[in-house]
Amino acid sequence: METPQAAKSHIKFDADGKPYIEAQRCRACGAMLAEPHLACPACASRKGFDAIRAKETGRLIAYSIVKRSYPGIQTPFVSAMVELDDGLALKANLVGAGFEPEGFAPNMKVRLRFNDALGRKDKEGRAYVGYEFQPAVN
Amino acid sequence: MSDVYILGIDMTPFGRYPDRTFAQLGGEAALMALDDCGLSPLDVQIMYCGTVFGAYEMSGQAIMREIGQTGVPVTNVVNACASGASAFREAWLAVKSGAYDVALAVGVEKTPRGMLGGGGETGIPLEGLFGSASMPAVFAESGTQHAAKYGTTFEQFAKVSVKNHHHSTMNPKSFYQMETPLEQVMGAEMIAYPNTKLMCSVNVDGAAAAVLVSEKKARELGLSRAIRVRASALQSDPWNPTNPMMPDVNSVTRMAAKSAYEQAGLGPKDVNLVELHDCFATAELLHYENLGLCAEGMAGPFIDEGATALGGKIPVNVSGGLLSKGHPLGATGIANMYEVSLHLRQEAGARQVQGAKIGLTHVVGLGTASAVHVLEKA
Repeated sequence: METPQAAKSHIKFDADGKPYIEAQRCRACGAMLAEPHLACPACASRKGFDAIRAKETGRLIAYSIVKRSYPGIQTPFVSAMVELDDGLALKANLVGAGFEPEGFAPNMKVRLRFNDALGRKDKEGRAYVGYEFQPAVN
Repeated sequence: MSDVYILGIDMTPFGRYPDRTFAQLGGEAALMALDDCGLSPLDVQIMYCGTVFGAYEMSGQAIMREIGQTGVPVTNVVNACASGASAFREAWLAVKSGAYDVALAVGVEKTPRGMLGGGGETGIPLEGLFGSASMPAVFAESGTQHAAKYGTTFEQFAKVSVKNHHHSTMNPKSFYQMETPLEQVMGAEMIAYPNTKLMCSVNVDGAAAAVLVSEKKARELGLSRAIRVRASALQSDPWNPTNPMMPDVNSVTRMAAKSAYEQAGLGPKDVNLVELHDCFATAELLHYENLGLCAEGMAGPFIDEGATALGGKIPVNVSGGLLSKGHPLGATGIANMYEVSLHLRQEAGARQVQGAKIGLTHVVGLGTASAVHVLEKA
């Protein structure tokens, strides 16, 4: 079986083929970024970044229950901004909390789960790995 | 340095103009603005054109072909929804520097139908997988972030649309001119909670233009209808951990507002009316706080008490705003200044803000830029 592709460049695979999120941490100020830059956008330092394995738990900081999207995109889905426990902020679908505002408490704890990118394939028929958030079970 | 004045300013009615070009729409607004102050295209020494979808077509030069090809410097400015205000600011800088006495700024747009946003995808579509990049959803998220902090409600966000649609019934140049009661706004098709269809700005076409002159030129031509530009501020988005996945329209607006208030030497309490960037109903409430119109976290109660309606403490978007007047991206910034100028000149008709002396305009271009201008009757 072919190795799936990463749907975002910060999705990496470890030696066992297990996906993880690679964050870039500024060596000068500690800012956590999803992508490397020429210099740190927070402090302009050129000391570079340490690539670290990001935490997979965090809290919900904003969301929208999307009922209409672009043509061909299935709805509803929940678009969510999450701050992971190490400060990296990521956006993805939030699944398993329903489609009513009552399901989304401020700062609710969530967990990142990797998925098969909703089964979406590219023109060459290759499979992808994406991620989503789920409410964390305490 | 001496002041810069808006001597002429006008806008086309906002609407759908499938049979008209960027140059025709922009040229019409340019001529209207020149007529407003009795100047001719031959008097213009430098010209800036703000547009998003017309930038690749060199719309500024095409406008000059419509109104008079004098060979003056023309620059096309693209800055998302801040394109018009950014073109205006370039014209302001050109005059403020002392290099030119008469500058023309035009904002023009023919906006595609449908939802804007997204793009930049490779391999597979990312929409609906990594959340949504559509504008209604992005601004819905800004709203729920505010709600999580301060308890702002769906109903409070919806009241913005009720107010702005009501204001537009008094503006003959507005695309929509209809009342939308609260039940209708909240009951409209949900696009991206909490933004229903009536809480999303309308994609329309249109143009607006302003003639900016030096103090010397203004005194020569007469100041009776001149508007003094007290402040012109433009900022780009500062670092924020959630940016760019969640564009930060708050910090950039706060920086622009701070700069504008400092330049003008006044504060929010001195402002009599505001035209701000209500691209979505959720955004307007955030900007009450970003512009210092109310205290932190108080935007919800502020709209509840009617403070921002015509007749209230500080009327906001009496033109109908982007929500009802319409949002032709590149034209919006200058159209906001046209609205404020009407009030400062006491020419706003039924929606006149009584005794308006100082007005503030604000736009956000996602990506992200924010421009704030403070205008005063000369």
